[in-house]
Amino acid sequence: MRWVIMIALFMFLLPGPAEAGQPLNVVASFSILGDMVKNVGGDRVKLTTLVGPDSDTHAYEPTPTDARVLAAADVVIINGLGFEGWIDRMVKTAGYKGKIIIASHGVKTHVMIDEDHGGKRITDPHAWQNLANGRIYVTNIEQALSQADPAGAGVFKANAEAYLKKIAEMETWVKAEFAKIPPARRKIITSHDAFGYFGLAYGVTIMAPTGFSTASEASAQNVGKLIRQIKQEKIKALFVENMTDPRLIERIAKDAGAKPGGTLYSDALSRPDAPGSTYLGMFHNNVTKMTSAMAIP
Amino acid sequence: MNWFVNIFVAPFTEFSFMRHALGAILSLALGCGPVGTFLVLRRMSLSGDALSHAVLPGAAVGFLMYGLSLTAMSLGGFLAGLGVVVLAGAVSRLTPVKEEASLAALYIISLALGVLLVSIKGTSIDLMHVLFGTILAVDDPAILLVAGVATVTLLTLAVLYRPLVTECFDPGFLRAVSKSGSVVHLVFMALVALNLVGGFQALGTLMSVGMLILPAVAARFWAVQVWSQSLVATLIALASGYFGLLMSYYWELPSGPTIVLTAGLFYLSSLCLGPHQGFLSRLVPKKHLQN
Repeated sequence: MRWVIMIALFMFLLPGPAEAGQPLNVVASFSILGDMVKNVGGDRVKLTTLVGPDSDTHAYEPTPTDARVLAAADVVIINGLGFEGWIDRMVKTAGYKGKIIIASHGVKTHVMIDEDHGGKRITDPHAWQNLANGRIYVTNIEQALSQADPAGAGVFKANAEAYLKKIAEMETWVKAEFAKIPPARRKIITSHDAFGYFGLAYGVTIMAPTGFSTASEASAQNVGKLIRQIKQEKIKALFVENMTDPRLIERIAKDAGAKPGGTLYSDALSRPDAPGSTYLGMFHNNVTKMTSAMAIP
Repeated sequence: MNWFVNIFVAPFTEFSFMRHALGAILSLALGCGPVGTFLVLRRMSLSGDALSHAVLPGAAVGFLMYGLSLTAMSLGGFLAGLGVVVLAGAVSRLTPVKEEASLAALYIISLALGVLLVSIKGTSIDLMHVLFGTILAVDDPAILLVAGVATVTLLTLAVLYRPLVTECFDPGFLRAVSKSGSVVHLVFMALVALNLVGGFQALGTLMSVGMLILPAVAARFWAVQVWSQSLVATLIALASGYFGLLMSYYWELPSGPTIVLTAGLFYLSSLCLGPHQGFLSRLVPKKHLQN
């Protein structure tokens, strides 16, 4: 008889579907998606971000707390395009049965060379680095939230529209800033090859010392080639990102006579006290730093 | 002659990062050669490996508090290494447990603590950079640190040379005639920790053990006396650093592992060709036996 009571108790403890009036439990895979969900969902959403600010999504290790949060989620939003390699396994372990929303759905993807896996051609997952794609993300998020919480559809739509307008304003500003720089000077070097979409969208040539993943170690030859390249092309804009080893970039800058231009945010937002703590703040920070470094004579 | 300069010197004249890397690895070799030799002679080769892990939590605390600061991470690492050495020594003195065993127990605790500390901050990628340093990113302060470590090591060894050799040969004797036995041992273990900390700036914690042990084990096949073994070990470490860097430059290989593997190559060839009990020397009959 006792086990029947036990089972009944467990049944009671299991999470039920979202009831009206309660906030929607949304899990976003990383900080940039989290910021978008916050903007669209507002108060109607209880948001959990799995990979927090300043952390590397490529190298993320799920914790038991994360799995518990995932199991209790109403909506799970991920970037897709192979960015969260760990998500399938984690969803299975956590026992999450709902739908997984792929925020990048409908984005025109492009291909990048994966240096870590023998130069294989893979889909570049960093699509949010183009603001036009960011608008697709926001629309996808709005639809997903409205489907899960039809009562809030009106609020979500209004929030999304206001946010989309801000994104469009930022896009106009970014294009205007780069228009001030002569095309031959629109080149940057950064330690993490996550700006493929950014480069294509705004006409900036992106070069990297190591491949696109943060996991591989540089060889003396790569570094030497890069220094020659910086000297030849007279690149001034040299950037350290928020999670790779900054010492290597500083060494290269010193050798090539360039200057490190500061921190760019690419895969993760910064902590709240730094300038890259929101999606739009990240663009403002990155573009200001890039253009001011490119303008150095 | 021109081609020789082009291949062996030109990379270093063209790039200052290559000169910095060479400077760091050469300074490291000066300290690691003799310290490694003593470690091997005292049958403590694996203690070096254990200590390299013990350094991690100190470096992690330094990193968490002051970011990628050379001073903070080195000091933290050294203190953590020293703590483990002293604790292991104390445990072996007060209980019947051997020092090797307490060292093994303490280093694994220390390592787990380090991984925990780094994970709390949530930046796992930086842990990789602590474990596998970047010799290509060595700057002036880092070279000064490694050179300082080499200087302190060589001076200390010069003072402690006789008691250390005595202790390698017969630890019981030293303990019987003088009370300095355990002090000598502690200072020596501190030197090991110091060299590991210096190495972790250049090659990373795991790799620096390679520079400490491989040349010393290889040297055993070429020289019999302690001083000559140390000299050969230093020379092998120097050569591994230099050729490893060159190979990394010409064949697009990651620098740290290439340098350690070059030292590994020296070890394997010494094992076969070394005149003192190498494989080949055993095949050739010795003269005095023919008589």
